[in-house]
Amino acid sequence: MADTIRPKKEKAAVEESLFTSGHRACAGCGEALGAKLVMDAAGPDTIVATSTGCLEVFSTPYPESAWRMPWIHSLFENSSAVASGVEVALKALGRKGNTKIIAQGGDGGTADIGIGCLSGMLERGHEILYVCYDNEAYMNTGVQRSGLTPFDAHTTTSPSGKISFGNQRPKKTLLDIAAAHNIPYAATASVAYPADLQRKVKKALATPGPTFIHLHVPCPLGWGYKAELTLEIARIAIDTGLFPLVEIEWGKVTRVRKITKDKKPVEEYLKPQSRFRHLFASEDGKKELAKIQAIADANIAKYGLV
Amino acid sequence: MKKLIEGSMAVAESVKRCRPNVVAAYPITPQTHIVENLAQMVADGELKAEFVNTESEFGAASVVLGASAAGARAYSTTTSQGLLLMAEVLYNIAGMRLPVVITCANRAISAPINIWNDHSDAMVIRDSGIIMLFAEDAQELFDMHPQAFKIAENPDIMLPFMVNMDGFILTHAFESVELSDQKLFDEFLPKFNPALKLDPANPITMGTLAEPKWYMETRYKLHETQQEALPLIQKTAEEFKAKFGRWYGGLIDTYRLDDAEIGFVAMGSLIGTLKEVVDDLRAKGEKVGVLKIRSYRPFPKKEILDVCKGLKQLVVFDKSFSYGWGSILQNEMRNCFYGSKHNPMISGFVVGLGGRDIPPSSIIKAYQQTKGKEILDEFVDVNWELVGVRR
Ligand SMILES: Cc1ncc(C[n+]2csc(CCOP(=O)(O)OP(=O)(O)O)c2C)c(N)n1
Ligand SMILES: [Mg+2]
Repeated sequence: MADTIRPKKEKAAVEESLFTSGHRACAGCGEALGAKLVMDAAGPDTIVATSTGCLEVFSTPYPESAWRMPWIHSLFENSSAVASGVEVALKALGRKGNTKIIAQGGDGGTADIGIGCLSGMLERGHEILYVCYDNEAYMNTGVQRSGLTPFDAHTTTSPSGKISFGNQRPKKTLLDIAAAHNIPYAATASVAYPADLQRKVKKALATPGPTFIHLHVPCPLGWGYKAELTLEIARIAIDTGLFPLVEIEWGKVTRVRKITKDKKPVEEYLKPQSRFRHLFASEDGKKELAKIQAIADANIAKYGLV
Repeated sequence: MKKLIEGSMAVAESVKRCRPNVVAAYPITPQTHIVENLAQMVADGELKAEFVNTESEFGAASVVLGASAAGARAYSTTTSQGLLLMAEVLYNIAGMRLPVVITCANRAISAPINIWNDHSDAMVIRDSGIIMLFAEDAQELFDMHPQAFKIAENPDIMLPFMVNMDGFILTHAFESVELSDQKLFDEFLPKFNPALKLDPANPITMGTLAEPKWYMETRYKLHETQQEALPLIQKTAEEFKAKFGRWYGGLIDTYRLDDAEIGFVAMGSLIGTLKEVVDDLRAKGEKVGVLKIRSYRPFPKKEILDVCKGLKQLVVFDKSFSYGWGSILQNEMRNCFYGSKHNPMISGFVVGLGGRDIPPSSIIKAYQQTKGKEILDEFVDVNWELVGVRR
């Protein structure tokens, strides 16, 4: 008996992800899924620096760690600078070889508080892939608004109320900001398309110089949808044009995911999520839907998605 | 080789000989000449290091944090606003037990904006766990950096180290400095080879979340290690003396204190002025001496009590202040003696904030005012009319 079991076990061990299970993420967490896909695409010869946020908190409660690769967390706003230090250290010590370096953080850690360090990292030309896990709010601290929270989303600090439809600003144009540093590769990706995401990670890591991936990772708790719908929600975000999948090389758009066949109205994306519930509760709310559709249409036109 | 050089150059020459792998910094007066000199040394191939120009001091501190975690000897330098911007990272570096060395060209803090010297900046990170020493002159600065790396990187210590130098007074003044050979540095300072580092061959997780069950122990260890650093700082200064033949004190230093009745206490370049004042007063028959606090964190309580046994009074000259409480070094000195058998009178004067000149005459005046009489938190050479206080 033992003999028949052992090979099976070994096989399971080999297939184990570099970002192992057993961590404390919520069921259906898009960020955990994203991290797993990114790490497995990167491979074990990779050093990772992570910002404070859900991903760091749920994966490394001492004495546990979900990371089977060298991993460091310092602060909320500096993973890009910490990774810069790791990169120059490896170079100075003659240990760089083929070792890859990933810096990563949430939408808040990237687009808001960490954007200075990120800009420095991109501008200095380090050989680092930066991955922004965009769950569209400060989830770790309880769903507060970030610069990447979408228009009209209800968060705890951009609540909808008697005279408000929630967050009154559109998402910061993070991909454009990264690409504007004239880096060799910047892309958006989504957990809805794992193979596409992993291709992009591999491409980014094979490209010399700083690279950037803006990864859409739905959050069941913060967005208010059923845990099993994460991939579905992620897919509709793309199909509506609200989260376009694009690749930019040296400032030029080189590839987009067309939605010609799949194109859907924004209502289909908004309706299952309680963060947009208020838009369906009144006539005025329904007028807001037109504004969100306009955002999607602008994306579709900008990148030629249909 | 002895050379007449600027204090900032003495620091750069010393740091170069310590062979850092990574230097990351951001310019701020009066630290600029240190980074400029180091950048030039890298550009000339004299210093084989990665030199990283960051977008801020926050970024610079984060870069040296990452570099140190990856196993590199890492160095940065800043002051004042830059140090405050680094503060979050410096606390983190201490908690992560990374032996980064930084030089702080001590400067006042805004507002009002002021680029001149005092010690307010250093006090902001006093409680971070970082080791803090204050140097008196350019030669001591040249000599303190290899000691800093050696102490910080000791496997039993593994704490960041901040070398403090008075902005302008030491950064921009030219002094004759013995620039000891690279060979001596290499013999004195071993290669940095940390037991744990970020390395795909041996993956580790650094910077985990510590829940209430784990956190307090890590903080206790910071204090315990600071205490353990006390004898090491002393021993390292002695080792340095044996190899290089120079001595500035270990944890503390004294000048004509043995038979003194009143001791002047200070940190940094003011010690030079105090020595002169002591010579003058001694010539007039006054029994005075100087106690130099070289190691501020860890604070050498035992050594201070030992050398102050014969004193009737201590007069502390402080370049920092805790608003709403009092003069910082003065209060730490008073705390140091509380409960001890020997309890000298302790007075405190606040001097030189924002670069206000501290002539020997002001020290002598303060001494005459306070001799035999306790005076606390007294701001020296203040224009009381401007403040609106009638005195
Ligand atoms: C300087 C600083 N400010 C605020 C915080 C509190 N904080 C920790 S995580 C977090 C939110 C993280 O949001 P995001 O980067 O989007 O990551 P997520 O948790 O959503 O994955 C905040 C506000 C902090 N740790 N440090
Ligand atoms: Mg977030």
